Amino acid sequence: MKHLFEFLLRQGDNALVLGHRTSEWCGVAPALEEDIALANTALDLIGQTQLWLGYAAEVEGKGRSANDLAYLRDVYDFRNILMLEVPNEDFGRTLMRQFLFDAFQVPWLTALCGSSDKRVADFSGKSLKEANYHLDRSAETVIALGNGTEESNTRMQAALDYLWPYAGELFGEDDTDQAMQAAGIAVLPASIRNDWDTKVQGILSDASLRTPKSTFAHFGGRSGFRHTEHLGHMLATMQILQRSYPGAVW
Amino acid sequence: MTASANISEAQVWTWLDAVPDPEIPVISVVDLGVVRAVSVSGDYVKIIITPTYSGCPAMAVIAMDIETALAKQGVPSVHLKTQIAPAWTTDWLSEKGRARLESYGIAPPQASGGPDRCPQCKSQAVERVSQFGSTPCKAQWRCTDCLEPFDYFKCI
Repeated sequence: MKHLFEFLLRQGDNALVLGHRTSEWCGVAPALEEDIALANTALDLIGQTQLWLGYAAEVEGKGRSANDLAYLRDVYDFRNILMLEVPNEDFGRTLMRQFLFDAFQVPWLTALCGSSDKRVADFSGKSLKEANYHLDRSAETVIALGNGTEESNTRMQAALDYLWPYAGELFGEDDTDQAMQAAGIAVLPASIRNDWDTKVQGILSDASLRTPKSTFAHFGGRSGFRHTEHLGHMLATMQILQRSYPGAVW
Repeated sequence: MTASANISEAQVWTWLDAVPDPEIPVISVVDLGVVRAVSVSGDYVKIIITPTYSGCPAMAVIAMDIETALAKQGVPSVHLKTQIAPAWTTDWLSEKGRARLESYGIAPPQASGGPDRCPQCKSQAVERVSQFGSTPCKAQWRCTDCLEPFDYFKCI
């Protein structure tokens, strides 16, 4: 059960950390429509978090809830990939990150729909509908900004160059991944790498952006071995209410 | 009022069809397609509901409104169960619900991915403003004939 718990944390923490980062745009996005779109995307992700972390808490069997896992764990207990915790920086980086992640989520959740674990399959089917919708929008926005002005193209390229070394962690593999594969609960992330490469390169090319050549990848988030310094700051904001008023409800 | 021990499933469906969606009150929770099953055993009523979007805050309100509505009818015990799969789809919106959405000014979902006409003037000259809108289930469109912006119920 240890590996299933770890796997569910990775699923939940990716959704939670990106959901929180995305929600940081609420009220300050460059246009009202974008503000609403980002807030809705964040809402979907946080909804998905409740499914995955709720199940994780149940599998762990220590009486913790999804809320306990979200609000009362510290940095090293998080299992999200590093790309999702780095700051939003600007609208371009936010949308580029969303696109790189959505392009992974769609084939990943599609594969998980065939999971031997019924709840993993059910949650994936539910999340996949939302991920497809997110991908339509993030891909379209990356293309629009890449082909917009010299300024928007430069900033999208800078965003891509910054995020690229973090994207490889999506395809990490360790004992947990192997155990999930052996149990038929998940496929190995590397098995969808071709789908991701094809989608990403197609959209980047349509967006007049250069795909970086480097294959270097930062690791440490999905194993919890080493997060960036940014996650702690994010958690300080996200968790302050439960830390200051433990057990507060409304 | 106390319900008799012989509540029928059809009766419960009728009561549920009078519970409005909290954000789009012209359609009921039955029109929305979130009520998947009703079973009655004596005076014990079990209702299965399926969430629209994972994070839709209206779902908690819907559950509460269902309990309140049935309590008002004198149903002593309601058990609500959330079912994730099969995932909710806009194919489950009722015909009545689709017609009411349009007369309320919200274009009903279409398989093509966009509204077939403006809910106000019925012109087919429409364009998308944003894929997202005021609630998780809606997108923003506008009519280029009457120039009115309108909500479109996303097709998923």
